[in-house]
Amino acid sequence: MTPNPCYTLLDIGHSYGGREVLRIPRLEINAGEILAVVGPSGAGKSTLLRLLNFLEAPTRGQVIFDGHEFSADRQMPLTVRRRVTTVSQRPMLLNRSVQANVEYGLRLRGHRANIPAALAAIEQVGLLGLTHQPALTLSGGEAQRVALARALVLRPAVLLLDEPTANLDPYNVALIENTVRDLNRQHHTTLVLVTHNLFQAQRLAQRVAFLLDGTLVELARADRFFQTPQDPRTAAFVRGDMVY
Amino acid sequence: MCCCLQESEYTSILLHPELFINELWHGLQQAVELVVHGSAPLTEVVLLSLRVSGIALLLSTLLGVPVGATLGLTRFPTHKLLVALTYTGMGFPPVVIGLFVYLLLSRSGPLGQFGSALIPNLFTSGAMIVAQTIIALPLVAGFTMAAVMAVDPLLRQQMIALGATRWQAALTIIVEARAGVVVAVIAGFGGIISEVGAVMLVGGNIEGRTRVLTTAIVLETRKGNFEFALALGLILLGITFIINALMMRLQGKTANV
Ligand SMILES: Nc1ncnc2c1ncn2[C@@H]1O[C@H](COP(=O)(O)OP(=O)(O)OP(=O)(O)O)[C@@H](O)[C@H]1O
Ligand SMILES: [Mg+2]
Repeated sequence: MTPNPCYTLLDIGHSYGGREVLRIPRLEINAGEILAVVGPSGAGKSTLLRLLNFLEAPTRGQVIFDGHEFSADRQMPLTVRRRVTTVSQRPMLLNRSVQANVEYGLRLRGHRANIPAALAAIEQVGLLGLTHQPALTLSGGEAQRVALARALVLRPAVLLLDEPTANLDPYNVALIENTVRDLNRQHHTTLVLVTHNLFQAQRLAQRVAFLLDGTLVELARADRFFQTPQDPRTAAFVRGDMVY
Repeated sequence: MCCCLQESEYTSILLHPELFINELWHGLQQAVELVVHGSAPLTEVVLLSLRVSGIALLLSTLLGVPVGATLGLTRFPTHKLLVALTYTGMGFPPVVIGLFVYLLLSRSGPLGQFGSALIPNLFTSGAMIVAQTIIALPLVAGFTMAAVMAVDPLLRQQMIALGATRWQAALTIIVEARAGVVVAVIAGFGGIISEVGAVMLVGGNIEGRTRVLTTAIVLETRKGNFEFALALGLILLGITFIINALMMRLQGKTANV
């Protein structure tokens, strides 16, 4: 099976207030793969996800998604943009019930309250008992699972996950990992997973990218990335003795 | 009426405080009776007050919430100027706004001279609605702006990531800030129902046409009709209380849907 690029990033540069925080000459993300993005804090991982979700246009260069170009002077059409969604590090739930939060994206798309789909997504993350609870009263782990359910219900072609299991207990970590793995297997959803947890990257990803100071140092199949890293900086990062 | 004081009586009240207490007590009793039994002029004044301030509040909410949300959520070249103007408007003396509206609407004024049916004449309830709308607008817009700005900007980004258009995201943030938006509307209402200077200027306090609670209180007090003035004051207090209580209910209801 030849990999089919879902995203192609060409000559990307992204700056805030004149400071360039991301430089990627070329990056392809394959349809249906799980790509883990690792790297120290401030490396530009979340910034990369914002570009991939078309939330900010790159200062320079272009993101090609499924044949559509996204750049500083080219917006992504709404219908295309809606095939991608993000689960951020903080859940960012609305002050409504769990169910209303999960239905939110469906309502945006004009589907009037698709209750079965919402309940199925809530069940998938094991929160059926909390369907009517106000979302802002949930614990951190519960809230993060609602954030995941809210994305799952949309059946996105691409799901971007920004440290979805940070600060969660092992049970919640396993639950979220299993859910996204199933999503990838059953629906061939393309997943880009930003994580600080190298074991998680090893467990889930087919390929791993290492970002350092806004540049892509190494991108390789997961087994090679961890066993035979090519760049000495990758090797140091994987060993855990990189000094930033 | 029984207790219209003459000038000499005023003087005697000042010299004998016990007379004043007496007067107040009687006035209060009669006021309560008036409120309980009602009277045609009283009802008229109350209904006109509610109509004028109600319409003005509706208009300033319809305008002020979107304006406040725009100021809170977007940045554009004249943004700072508009925010400064809003803050100025929030603390601007209503009577000066009344003066502006007076000059605008007067027959020789910039708007009055057109004689258009859309532009209200001076000394009508329409003119009072215009003045009160302008008084409440910066209050509603300013408090809405503050409420919307208090919502985490990342929430809006998350909504867009979930597929919201800019409009859908803005609406979601307004709904998220609903408790603060209700405060904005309450502030606007408080600013106009209790306002006297502007409505006096542009309305003229004409009996049966532009006499509202506050201007009636001024007039009746001047005439020495304390019981009537007090009755009006009690009603004003009651209306403000009930309406604010209703809005708080609304606030409580929407807080956790
Ligand atoms: N809106 C912004 N304005 C200015 N600078 C920003 C903005 N967003 C990110 N940055 C800067 O861009 C750089 C990359 O930030 P980013 O959030 O992408 O890092 P990250 O790899 O996700 O880090 P972490 O692991 O801590 O989440 C940082 O130096 C950050 O300060
Ligand atoms: Mg980050």
